[in-house]
Amino acid sequence: MLLLVGIGPAAVPADTPPDTMEARVQGCATCHGTQGQGTHDDYFPRIAGKPQGYILNQLRNFRDGRRTYPPMNYLLAYLNDDYFSDMAHYFSNVQLPFAPAEKGTHSADQLAAGAALVKNGDPAHKIPPCSSCHGPSLTGIQPGIPGLIGLHSRYISAQLESWRSGTRRANAPDCMHDIAVQLSPAQITAVAAWLATQPAPSSTQPAPAGQWQTPLPCGSQTP
Amino acid sequence: MITFRATCAILLGIFALPQWAWSQQPAPFLGSGQSLEETIRRGEYLARVGDCIACHTQRGGEPFAGGFSLPTPFGTLYSPNITPDPDFGIGNWTADDFYNMLHTGRSRSGYFLYPAMPFPAYTRVTRSDSDALFAFLSSLRPLHESNHLNELRFPYNNRALLFGWRALYFREGELKPDPSRGPQWNRGAYLVEGLGHCGTCHTAINALGGSSDDKAYAGGLIPMQNWYAPSLTTNKEAGLGEWPLQDIRDLLKTGISAKGAVYGPMAEVVHNSLQYLTDSDAHDMAVYLKSLPARNESPSNTPGASNVPATQLNAGHAVYTAQCASCHLKSGVGQPPHYPPLAGNPSIEMASAVNPIRMVLNGGFPPQTAGNPRPYGMPPFAQILSDDEIAAVVTYIRVAWGNHGQPVTSIEVNQLRTAALLD
Repeated sequence: MLLLVGIGPAAVPADTPPDTMEARVQGCATCHGTQGQGTHDDYFPRIAGKPQGYILNQLRNFRDGRRTYPPMNYLLAYLNDDYFSDMAHYFSNVQLPFAPAEKGTHSADQLAAGAALVKNGDPAHKIPPCSSCHGPSLTGIQPGIPGLIGLHSRYISAQLESWRSGTRRANAPDCMHDIAVQLSPAQITAVAAWLATQPAPSSTQPAPAGQWQTPLPCGSQTP
Repeated sequence: MITFRATCAILLGIFALPQWAWSQQPAPFLGSGQSLEETIRRGEYLARVGDCIACHTQRGGEPFAGGFSLPTPFGTLYSPNITPDPDFGIGNWTADDFYNMLHTGRSRSGYFLYPAMPFPAYTRVTRSDSDALFAFLSSLRPLHESNHLNELRFPYNNRALLFGWRALYFREGELKPDPSRGPQWNRGAYLVEGLGHCGTCHTAINALGGSSDDKAYAGGLIPMQNWYAPSLTTNKEAGLGEWPLQDIRDLLKTGISAKGAVYGPMAEVVHNSLQYLTDSDAHDMAVYLKSLPARNESPSNTPGASNVPATQLNAGHAVYTAQCASCHLKSGVGQPPHYPPLAGNPSIEMASAVNPIRMVLNGGFPPQTAGNPRPYGMPPFAQILSDDEIAAVVTYIRVAWGNHGQPVTSIEVNQLRTAALLD
């Protein structure tokens, strides 16, 4: 965008939109921010810098009805995979600092329970540690596993509830559904609270593919 | 829609079809000169013109396997599987069965089809085109998907009552060409009136789900969907009267044009159907559409700016400047074709304010098409603007720049917040 402004009107006629992905995806801006960096709204996530395969999967899931949020289902209904790939490529390459972590209003016990779940899981209920799939610094793993840092607690708990209820699904094997149905409401609150209060790590990049064996097979890693 | 017969008083023969259609003999497996492969390819094209996939495919589902739910004022209908599965599809049908269904609106076993299946338009399809469609559908992989029972309320769940509806609104018969018109007009008429079934949405329907001649193509609110299908007549205020042929052709084939972009249900039609039209078919449809006579349509509005309190206009102008002007420009001329003009745009000015309100609430990407492979999206504003703000900005764009629209209220905006976004 800065580049285009720099070129100025001589290169871009005043009545022609910039020929950029940034201009094309301004349909996403009111909820996800002008560059996908997120907004103050608790329920709309940052999308900038998420793994390309993850973004592509979500665009397909919304279009094809595996995720239910009518405004997104509507916006994406008549777009095709090749354009989704362009969008995913664009947003995954936007590197912007995360918003400051939430201050949080949860008790120390809740935060401790959340931290334990993230790091150790809950073996009695077959819940693996979040970090075993979402990366050692919880910034996600290429190509399809998203980071968990830099999101609002309400967004995280709403997504876990959606996985439980089935309004959010992924290609089989739908590992997050299997995990979410094991989580209690208290665990969802705790894990969301802890994640949202963590400061961004020094590198927010998703970890590269192939370095970790995830404990469950996941359809989202085979786009 | 059925009604449109009045304009096509003279009934057609074969010359309404394009050369590739009328010069051929019947398909070989039906005893004609076109190879089966050619017939299937032609059938595939015709299935796209008819947009069969729109209703016979669930979102994210297998094409033509049915199961799409269609909410109506009378209950919910579910489309059937039309793949050649012998148990649940049309695997045991013959070309005669298929033609009879399209032509008479009766199922293979004889019961009346609900007119959600646009047989009042498809009855105009020629036998040759019906056979090609059937050959195409029969060439698909059979999908063993069972059909969902309709969920219609009493008394609408009694198909026998359709006898009355048919007597009122259904006129069976292929379209006969009008010899006083050229081949392009006749081809356009065949496409618009037949497989295209444009009147299904663009002619208002009454409480019984029927439509009358004097309203043909004059536009109407699409029940349940809460989008307004605009007039296609030559009416200058609301219709296509002043649209150049090229802009109509562009809109049909690419989803965008110098005059405006498609949105709402029409985005689906362009994405799944009209973008595949041959250039000559798109042209011929435009020729025919431009000839539709003006109807008894909503009277043109007087310029509304004088009716609007200055405070609301100022509020609307403020929202416009902050949220809209970067793309549509202060002058409202837009940056077509990607950012449509709002000044002088009938979609913005027309008597029904449903579409401009919904565009602001819901935003939208034009459909991705070969002619517009990377569309520019408009953001939804429902999430960040209040009812009052949206009412103010929609009022502003309806009366600014000499536009002839009328103001809207925040109550109208609020009611449309809950409108269905997709079926």
